[in-house]
Amino acid sequence: MSHIQDTVKPLLSVRGLTLDIPLASGTLHAVRGIDFDLHKGETLCIVGESGSGKSLTSLAVMGLLEKNIRRSAEQLNFDGIDLIGASKRQMRGLRGDRIAMIFQEPMTSLNPAYTIGDQLVEALRLHRKVSREKARERAIELLEKVGITAAASRLSQYPHQLSGGLRQRVVIAMALMCEPELIIADEPTTALDVTIQAQILSLLVELTKEMDVAMILITHDLGVVARVADKVGVMYAGELVETGPATDVFGKPMHPYTRGLLHCIPQPGKTKRGEKLGTIPGIVPSLIGDVQGCAFRTRCPHVVEACRGDIPERGQPPHEFLCVHADGARAAEGEPA
Amino acid sequence: MALQEPIDPLLEEISGPTPRQILRKRVQGHMGLLFGAGVVLVLLVIAILAPVLAPHDPYLQDLANRMVKPVFMGGTWEHPLGTDHLGRDYLSRLIYGARVSLLIGSVAALISGVIGTAMGVAAGYFGGRVDAVVTFLINVRLAMPVVLVALAVVAILGGSLQVVIAVLGLLLWDRFAVVMRASTLQVRRREYVSAAQAIGASTPRVILSEIMPNIVNNLIVIVTLEMAHAILLEAALSFLGLGVQPPTPSWGLMVSEGKNMMLFEPWLVLIPGVVLFVLVLAINLMGDGLRDVTAPDSRS
Amino acid sequence: MLPFILKRLGLAGLVAFTVSFISFSLLFLSGDPAAALAGETASGEDIEAIRRLYGFDRPMLVQYGEWLFQALRGNFGESYYFKLPVSSLIADRLSVTMTLGVCGITFALLTAVPLGVAAAIRPNSIIDRVALFLSVAGQAMPSFWFGLILIVLFGIKLRWLPPSGASTWQHFIMPTIVLGYYAMPAIMRLTRAGMLEVLNSDYIRTARAKGAGEGRVLFKHALRNAIIPVVSLAAVQMGFMLGGSIVVESIFALHGAGYLAWESIARNDLPTVQALILIFSMFYIIFTFLADVLNAWLDPRMRSS
Repeated sequence: MSHIQDTVKPLLSVRGLTLDIPLASGTLHAVRGIDFDLHKGETLCIVGESGSGKSLTSLAVMGLLEKNIRRSAEQLNFDGIDLIGASKRQMRGLRGDRIAMIFQEPMTSLNPAYTIGDQLVEALRLHRKVSREKARERAIELLEKVGITAAASRLSQYPHQLSGGLRQRVVIAMALMCEPELIIADEPTTALDVTIQAQILSLLVELTKEMDVAMILITHDLGVVARVADKVGVMYAGELVETGPATDVFGKPMHPYTRGLLHCIPQPGKTKRGEKLGTIPGIVPSLIGDVQGCAFRTRCPHVVEACRGDIPERGQPPHEFLCVHADGARAAEGEPA
Repeated sequence: MALQEPIDPLLEEISGPTPRQILRKRVQGHMGLLFGAGVVLVLLVIAILAPVLAPHDPYLQDLANRMVKPVFMGGTWEHPLGTDHLGRDYLSRLIYGARVSLLIGSVAALISGVIGTAMGVAAGYFGGRVDAVVTFLINVRLAMPVVLVALAVVAILGGSLQVVIAVLGLLLWDRFAVVMRASTLQVRRREYVSAAQAIGASTPRVILSEIMPNIVNNLIVIVTLEMAHAILLEAALSFLGLGVQPPTPSWGLMVSEGKNMMLFEPWLVLIPGVVLFVLVLAINLMGDGLRDVTAPDSRS
Repeated sequence: MLPFILKRLGLAGLVAFTVSFISFSLLFLSGDPAAALAGETASGEDIEAIRRLYGFDRPMLVQYGEWLFQALRGNFGESYYFKLPVSSLIADRLSVTMTLGVCGITFALLTAVPLGVAAAIRPNSIIDRVALFLSVAGQAMPSFWFGLILIVLFGIKLRWLPPSGASTWQHFIMPTIVLGYYAMPAIMRLTRAGMLEVLNSDYIRTARAKGAGEGRVLFKHALRNAIIPVVSLAAVQMGFMLGGSIVVESIFALHGAGYLAWESIARNDLPTVQALILIFSMFYIIFTFLADVLNAWLDPRMRSS
């Protein structure tokens, strides 16, 4: 599917996105030259451990980074608009209108001082010249769409009167108010109860498919990725170490880190009964100061001297990975080539 | 495996400096704290060594040499800061005045600290009715106008150093109670407190060895702030003529005595006021600085 | 919300009652109010006569009961010194003090809130440092001394403002500044801290993600939440200010209730002092009560609970 789409101009195109944070002890290279494309209606899942730069990447696209973070990129294009060069005004016009965002913490991401209705209406009226009445109608329509009953009466409620699951539904409705083309969801279910997580996630996926919205879903839950992703990006220590169509990445993981991750979760048909699940020993290295070579080398079982040097890009588009081993050391692990 | 030597820059030491080293570094980097503590220390030494440092007897009147100008306004080094309306050496009175201010400030803060901490910790630890009573008392205390009540009591009992100290000590416990109550509430639910209770430690023991060490930072901050508060209040009472009584050298009283001449000799008001300002500023900076360097939320 | 208001009202009443008892009994500290009133030269018979005249021979609780009963009807007895009903004496003076208090808190809020917001928007900037300096210096500045300096500078040397009295609005400028400056540091610090916290909160990020402009983010989304605790503090400060007006009024010779308090304390005029302590306390209690109600109304989380 993605092969066909590759010939079409991508909706979001990122090349060499780099984020540096100056600290007292040196520069923290939080995100180091990542590339990815996202087409209309596609779902890209970015997976990785906490601190790998997933959230920062999403904020960088939104232009919502803290002021002290330096952002640079060869290309950061949204539907032909250069987001790096865009003015504050232009960015403001895009945010909430064509690109919407859903944050991790539904408990705190709604303003406690205003009603749900006020906040939904504001989301629309910031970008569209519509009356309050029309905006309220739209709000009710979307609240019903995200599965909230008695939507009209909910409008006058305050966030603290709703449960976490309901609030996240409101946040999703708010993101959809202007019919965006891209939604960035940063671990939208992490803070919720496990039973609610699945509901919210299916709702999100269902709605994005139905409304043909592209989505970047940031998560560390590989089970989720397997179910919803068209494309997967595996992030480690500020780099996308492996990208590709979900079926390829899950079917034939190339990077040793990706394989390590996949060994950590049980896979039907692959993981044998009674077999121990894998772990990746060690911790994510510090990214302060000059970072040379492969950042995974301190934890990689296949480390060689060359891992300290420049790491070549391997594989064929759309499935690519970064490793000194041409086969990502698949052979060394006894995996089929 | 040979590659995983400690030389690899990615494997840099993760264990940072010790908490003590961090604290020292923070203290050294905090200008306000260093300045405040320095000034307080110098004034403390001056107050203690007053009899040695003062060039004259602060009570000795010399009516022939009244209102001599300070040396920077054309006076002589005989009276570096001039003399007051009774010919008393101004520098000597300032130096002895430091004793009065620091004595009143520290003893009043001590008294109110003991009262307020006892009330606050009891309220936070026991909760329920004890908490309700303490909260009520704090409300009552806050409702009473401090300056007015202090003035009235001092007027009735007579303005001696002891009375002023006692009145301020009995009036300024509110902030101690409020902060200590909140801090105790926070600490009370921690696991180590439950652990101590579980192994059968007595209530006084739990309070003294589990609760107090963890809230003492906050206590020190309030002690400094209330000390500054007490010093300012004493000066205000003395200025209004209902605090420390003449001829005791109090900075507030000196401002009051200089007030009538301030049109012609403004330095009579300026000098004690500036000294008072600097002392209170220094104590406050020290308190704020202590809060900054010991605040648990900024300990990362 | 009604149960909350009723509960707060009951508590306020109880506090007021306790304060009334304390302010009444304070004046028995000297042991014998009759002797204190008669003066040092009075004979034993004179003291006895005064004791009977003012009813000091009755048990203290009885005296308190009667005093409270009369006070509730607005009768605080007669001033020993002015030989006038205390209530009319205070009523005459209260307008000056109230004017001063309102001007003072307005001045404090108008300087402290914008400064606190500006400081929070750009932490560690020049404006943040200036605000911090002003608040630290303000806390250390003895108000009586600050007042005198202003008088010398603007009242006498520059002759811009009248140095004392209360006949025109210009007379209130310097007292307002001195009184307001006293409340400014605390309000500024709380505004700054509140704004800093709110600006780092998730819902501010949400507002930005919606495409709201900076002005809208700051004032509609952030300030609305950060201002809630400032309301309580302003009420508390207003109560403190009225109590502290005694210093300011005595410096600027403003003949308000604070000045009256100073005069009557210096003259051992017990009924006036008692009444003033009670009235200043009542103001504090009323202000904090109103602030609690206003707060509950501003904060939806409290409104519905």
